[in-house]
Amino acid sequence: MKHNAFLRIKEFFTSRPKTAFAAVAVFIVYPFLVSDYYIDVTFYFGIYALLGLSLNIVLGEVGLFDLGHACFYAIGAYTTAILNTRFGIPVLALLPVSAVAAALFAYIVCSPIIHLRGDYLCIVTIGMGEIVRLALINNPFNLTGGPNGVFGIDFPSLGGAIVIDSSIEYYFLIWIVVVLSILGLGKLQDSRIGRAWNCIREDQTAAEASGIDVRFYKLLAFMLGAALAGVGGNIYASKLMCVSPESFTFWESCLMFCIVLIGGMGSIPGVLIGAAFISLFPEIFRPFAMYRMLVFGAVMILMMMFRPGGFWPRKRGAVSFDPLLEVRGRDD
Amino acid sequence: MTENSRNTKGKVVLQTQGLTKVFGGLTAVSKFDFQIHQGEICSLIGPNGAGKTTVFNVVTGIYKPEYGEVFFMGKNITGKKTHEIVSYGIARTFQNIRLFPDMTCLENIKAGQHCRSSAGLWASIFRTPHQRKEERHIQEIAESRIRQIDLWNFRDEPAKNIAYGSQRRLEIARALATEPALLILDEPSSGLNPRETQDLMKFLKNLIAEDDLTILLIEHDMNVVMGVSDWVIVMDDGRKIAEGPPLQIYNDPLVIEAYLGKDDEIQEPDRDEQVRGNG
Repeated sequence: MKHNAFLRIKEFFTSRPKTAFAAVAVFIVYPFLVSDYYIDVTFYFGIYALLGLSLNIVLGEVGLFDLGHACFYAIGAYTTAILNTRFGIPVLALLPVSAVAAALFAYIVCSPIIHLRGDYLCIVTIGMGEIVRLALINNPFNLTGGPNGVFGIDFPSLGGAIVIDSSIEYYFLIWIVVVLSILGLGKLQDSRIGRAWNCIREDQTAAEASGIDVRFYKLLAFMLGAALAGVGGNIYASKLMCVSPESFTFWESCLMFCIVLIGGMGSIPGVLIGAAFISLFPEIFRPFAMYRMLVFGAVMILMMMFRPGGFWPRKRGAVSFDPLLEVRGRDD
Repeated sequence: MTENSRNTKGKVVLQTQGLTKVFGGLTAVSKFDFQIHQGEICSLIGPNGAGKTTVFNVVTGIYKPEYGEVFFMGKNITGKKTHEIVSYGIARTFQNIRLFPDMTCLENIKAGQHCRSSAGLWASIFRTPHQRKEERHIQEIAESRIRQIDLWNFRDEPAKNIAYGSQRRLEIARALATEPALLILDEPSSGLNPRETQDLMKFLKNLIAEDDLTILLIEHDMNVVMGVSDWVIVMDDGRKIAEGPPLQIYNDPLVIEAYLGKDDEIQEPDRDEQVRGNG
């Protein structure tokens, strides 16, 4: 019975136009029906969805274990915070700047470590995340404000033309960015670049021998992932109006990692499910705050046991059983 | 069937000069020279540890040689990166099949077309006309290749699910999708049963006939070597000890010594019969 319902939901979501229409309708109407609290919860869902999508490029598509992804998020947030408070550049204009800054940082930091495989890369990325956080605490050149961070970031605006200053507007800002990212990444998945990324994940040596420039595509994934995380950092910084190193701890990287693993590596709907779980779960379990981590851990363990591929793993190809039947039918 | 002198009508496709590869104190390949001509099936044989795979890996750019040079179509490709060498037109397969297991058979072949296409990040996201045309072309090539290896019905099946023999063919099809001038096969018959091996030999001969291709083989199965090769190169201990047409190599005392040791009394009747049956 339950399984049936699950299948029906899945069927509904796989018929594209209906899904798109339903999703858009719900997301437009939703914020006008609920209180600011729920709008904010959904805003953070959006932030985590964006971060999940950004890590999904590196971890899900290319299979690179990146446990320091929060540092790109931090670079984006601090770029916005510093340039906005010091030079008064509007936050929305800093959106692409944050993306480029994070991507550039990723290029510089990842270039020398990109050849590392598996756990080795994982450990280096943990170090990368921690070094960035500690550097922010140490207040280099009096820029980052040390442990207190940077205060007084403006509302997102574009020189007075567009000003985003209410929860509903933030909600639309983040979800428009998320939807655009999903559209772009969906197109990428189904292109030679997406295939090249997947080939590297499956077998790096074979990918190289099939003519794929492994180093280039790994770096591209890191840079694109960092750029998206930087965009997330920009919106996050303006929402909170301040940034501090506490927001970019190792724990944040772990959460992003969980989002991708829960949803299913390389699966965009999976990332949304993972992000929903990570962001809504603490809110739902607020009354039992003490047991939150316990339940969270248990869910992760159960998931690894019963659905190791994630809740919504990426489906490949069109059909899996028909071809076999076809062969039998033709009897050759 | 085979002539005693090499048919050198075709131009030289691959050539090495004084190729030497050292691992620590061990010289795996030492001053190795060879040539392959257009349209040939050339086999590289030798006992285990003779350095055959090392030669492959140097040619395909996985290792860099200490001395010597590799020329492909007259161009020096020594020390180039593997993916660059693929784009020049050398494709390879692996001894232990290396497919992309969770990707579909069709996607596996499409991967081979990567180096022949150029759409970048923006073109892929915004689906420019050029990108769409290119994708259609990739799709067509992949479909024709998958028909060629009789796996059309399995095109949407993950590569890990198909039979071992089919996986071998899929790997060759992926290599062919890179549009190579030279195809390097590392023990293509290992793990195949005699019937599959026969099919493979037929397949290789068809390839030479249909595509404008040259093939270099590493092979242990003497049946295959004697059956399909135009030219055989024998390696032992990192050096070339003999080369010539298959029959001549088969009777070469130096080769027999390398394989069986100095004592001529040891014989392998099994192999003897197989070759006679074929020749």
